[in-house]
Amino acid sequence: MVATETVNRRGAKWFAALRTPVGGFAASLLLVVIALAVLAPILWHDKAFEIDTEAIAQRPSAAHWLGTDALGHDILFRVLVATRLSVLLAVLATVIGVVTGLVLGTLPSLLPRPAARLVTSAVNIAVAFPGLLLVLFCSVIFGVGTYGAVLAVGFALAPAFARLAQTLSASVAGQDFVSAARISGVGRIRLLVRHILPNVGEPLVVNATIGAGASLLAFSGLSFLGIGVQAPDYDWGRLLGEGLDGIYVNPAAALAPGVAVVLAGLAFNLVGETVAGVIGVRAGVRKLAPRPASPARESSGRADDVVLVVENLQVAFPSQAGLTVPVRGVSFTVRAGEAIGVVGESGSGKSLTGLAVSRLVEAPAAVTADRLEFAGKPLLTTPERDLRGLLGTSLAMVFQDPMTSFNPTRRIGRQLAEVAEQHQGLPRAKAFERAVDRLRTVRIPAAERRARQYPHEFSGGMRQRAMIGMGLMGDPKLIIADEPTTALDVTVQRQLLRLLARTRTERDTAIILISHDIAVVSQTCERMLVMYAGRVVEDLPSAGTPRHPYTKALLAATLDLGTDRDAPLAVIPGRPPEPDRVPTGCAFADRCPAVTDRCRLEDPVLECVEPGHRVACWHPSETSFSPSAKKTVTAGGAE
Amino acid sequence: MTDLVFDAVSVRYGGRRGLTAVDRVGLTVSSGQVVGLVGESGSGKSTLARAAVGLSPVSAGRVLLGGVDVRKLRRRPPLQMVFQDPYSSLDPRMSIGESITEAIPRGVFSGRAARREEVARLLELVNLDPGRAGHLPGRLSGGQRQRVALARALAGRPEVLIADEITSALDVSVQGAVLNLVRDVQRRLGLSMLFISHNLAVIRYLSDIVAVMYLGRIVEVGPAEQVLTDPQHPYTRDLLAAAPSAHTSLFDTRADGATADAEPADPHHPPAGCRYHTRCPVGPLVRADREICLQVDPTEDAAHRRHSAACHFSEDESRRLTIPGGASTP
Repeated sequence: MVATETVNRRGAKWFAALRTPVGGFAASLLLVVIALAVLAPILWHDKAFEIDTEAIAQRPSAAHWLGTDALGHDILFRVLVATRLSVLLAVLATVIGVVTGLVLGTLPSLLPRPAARLVTSAVNIAVAFPGLLLVLFCSVIFGVGTYGAVLAVGFALAPAFARLAQTLSASVAGQDFVSAARISGVGRIRLLVRHILPNVGEPLVVNATIGAGASLLAFSGLSFLGIGVQAPDYDWGRLLGEGLDGIYVNPAAALAPGVAVVLAGLAFNLVGETVAGVIGVRAGVRKLAPRPASPARESSGRADDVVLVVENLQVAFPSQAGLTVPVRGVSFTVRAGEAIGVVGESGSGKSLTGLAVSRLVEAPAAVTADRLEFAGKPLLTTPERDLRGLLGTSLAMVFQDPMTSFNPTRRIGRQLAEVAEQHQGLPRAKAFERAVDRLRTVRIPAAERRARQYPHEFSGGMRQRAMIGMGLMGDPKLIIADEPTTALDVTVQRQLLRLLARTRTERDTAIILISHDIAVVSQTCERMLVMYAGRVVEDLPSAGTPRHPYTKALLAATLDLGTDRDAPLAVIPGRPPEPDRVPTGCAFADRCPAVTDRCRLEDPVLECVEPGHRVACWHPSETSFSPSAKKTVTAGGAE
Repeated sequence: MTDLVFDAVSVRYGGRRGLTAVDRVGLTVSSGQVVGLVGESGSGKSTLARAAVGLSPVSAGRVLLGGVDVRKLRRRPPLQMVFQDPYSSLDPRMSIGESITEAIPRGVFSGRAARREEVARLLELVNLDPGRAGHLPGRLSGGQRQRVALARALAGRPEVLIADEITSALDVSVQGAVLNLVRDVQRRLGLSMLFISHNLAVIRYLSDIVAVMYLGRIVEVGPAEQVLTDPQHPYTRDLLAAAPSAHTSLFDTRADGATADAEPADPHHPPAGCRYHTRCPVGPLVRADREICLQVDPTEDAAHRRHSAACHFSEDESRRLTIPGGASTP
């Protein structure tokens, strides 16, 4: 049942692509071309060869809509009938090109290394030549005539495909599943056929379709030059060549085959584009109707030291089934100098919350909130132009992947200095001086020298520190660090967490630390928000006792150096709900040991259980943790 | 039965200015034992594992499986590996049943039905519904994919299993289930296992022997409980102290000012003498009299020291630290 669902979804995707203007046009054009290629010779073969001796080299008339050629053939019929040969030869040449290219491109992964190098270099050299030159070169070798030209165009296409196939298969061959297959003794040829080719097929098909358009053009060119199709056969290129002789008498004779070539080429190319759109990442983006954002309430009763106020934050994405809401009503406040940890598993919405706060969630996602204020400014209603300065100097972000957070082509110091130049209007030299100073602040050794280095010369930990340094170029009130240490080792992780803590005490900067590691968060922050399925389920002091069953389960599942080695590890059965299928009641109900009927019907709201401790649970622990309810623990899925 | 022995294995990439990722490493995974290999990224632990299965080139030394060089073994040695990334370790175009079937040695099961039965048995072994054999990996969660990867490795009837960071891409709640499963399967099948992780807590939970790797060398190896409660090498102590735990403070009392922000050394130009001296809190950076660390490589006579620690002063230091170093078990 689910399999057909997948098929349907894929079918729907193709159908949607057909309904776009480009897709529809491409498909109908291709249909016309194919229909002509099949039917025209059957229907009009005789008419195309009929010699009308009364009308030789005439202009268009009622009898001959596009005129006649030097022998009295009707040009319209000849153009229509020529469709089959032109398209057939182009497709044939493409097939030759693709197959040769595939063989050349995949040989290096089969051959021993020296031979593989030789093939690769040969392909590289061939790629360097202009295509048309290769065609002419090949047609000299294979001789003038239809077959020679097919081979010439085919082999001229091959190097580009070889290169493409080589690059694509190299990237697939680097994946673990290929390594795993090799370890289990799968031979090279089987590896290629079973694992590599199926995974590079889609982009190759797209390129082959576009390549067919190119070879149609190339072939027409050859015939036009007289080294392609020879009389008495004719294709569009030859018709074009013949028509050109009499262009002053009958322009239509040259224009008609020309238009035919263009239209058929267009059909191939556009179909390729459409296919690429469907199977690639370029899926159509549906616009989301913006929901009326409730106007931010006047910031009344705001304490002076509040940096960030978030009330009922929602982030929604358009999806096939309407809306997916990965963040469903998150509320919290951050005060100056406070460190807050946001904990949750992947898919809990913790990163999106951080991105939404820093206005980094892009369309088609929609961010709504009853109140979202940073440093007293409503973030959702203030125009972006006015916010840029504020966010640029007062808010710093540190992301998970230190490899991608800097521009690899520019020196670290300059990238930092740019912030000061942009937002504080400092001159170049002054800005650079400040950059060096900030790098020193984040404890980059030999900051002066390091500032002149490129990101790749920095280690992962240093890059993260430089990222914090970049945040310090302004006067940050808040640093949002999204899994800043996940890619780092424990010793470097400790360095970075210490740096964050130090920055906080020295500058009174508030910190939001987003992490999946509850130990890291409780080490660094005094308060943590535990997120589950897009909601904050518990907001508690790090030193406090968790009362939500999920927080407790998460804590129990966390391994540390004190875990009992002889007992099996605690696990949370089941898995979180998909963001587009969140149940009506409590999202954790299916995995909860204390679940009751009420949990499945009503979603609990985040309520204060004691000062500074909020829990969203109908049965927070220490009250109704009946042992009989525990039996349901094992009722989860495989996970 | 089958021991996996790394005999002075070196792995070198590139030419003269290349990189020695693994430098004369000796390590034994005895039959039925779990050896945990811990170290920071870039220390060469994955490279060492990949050398065993022929995925990285051994430039010196040998990897022996049951006394035979793995390079001379037949095509399917009884050695399998599970990888880190559950999203790239399964072919997205092959059903999980096909992926597992492919790893079953040819000739062991004749006939489609027998193979299908074996796949079902393996899926059950890793607590997955055998009815899922026809599913594509795209419909499985990360934890489920790791189970499939484990089932595929077990399909090759291995005697030695290498697990390379198999839980580091998983959520905490899933990690526990996978570790329980790995331990259960290892014990039930009596597998020898090389378990690689950067997470000491995970290593501690699973391993009988712990080996600590730094910059291409093994700096300390010994029984798990001993290494973790009485570490001999300063790097091991540092790893233990840095392990995040809700019970320890971010700023511990021990003064480590001079080395707190030290950078890992450049693996292209490993430091002379002791490779750890650029970061060592008990080395020449802190104590000027310890010049020997700058000149003499402590791995030369490591075999004589406790836990084969590659540290000139391991005995002095562990005597000095009356409290067992790092995070002791609370």
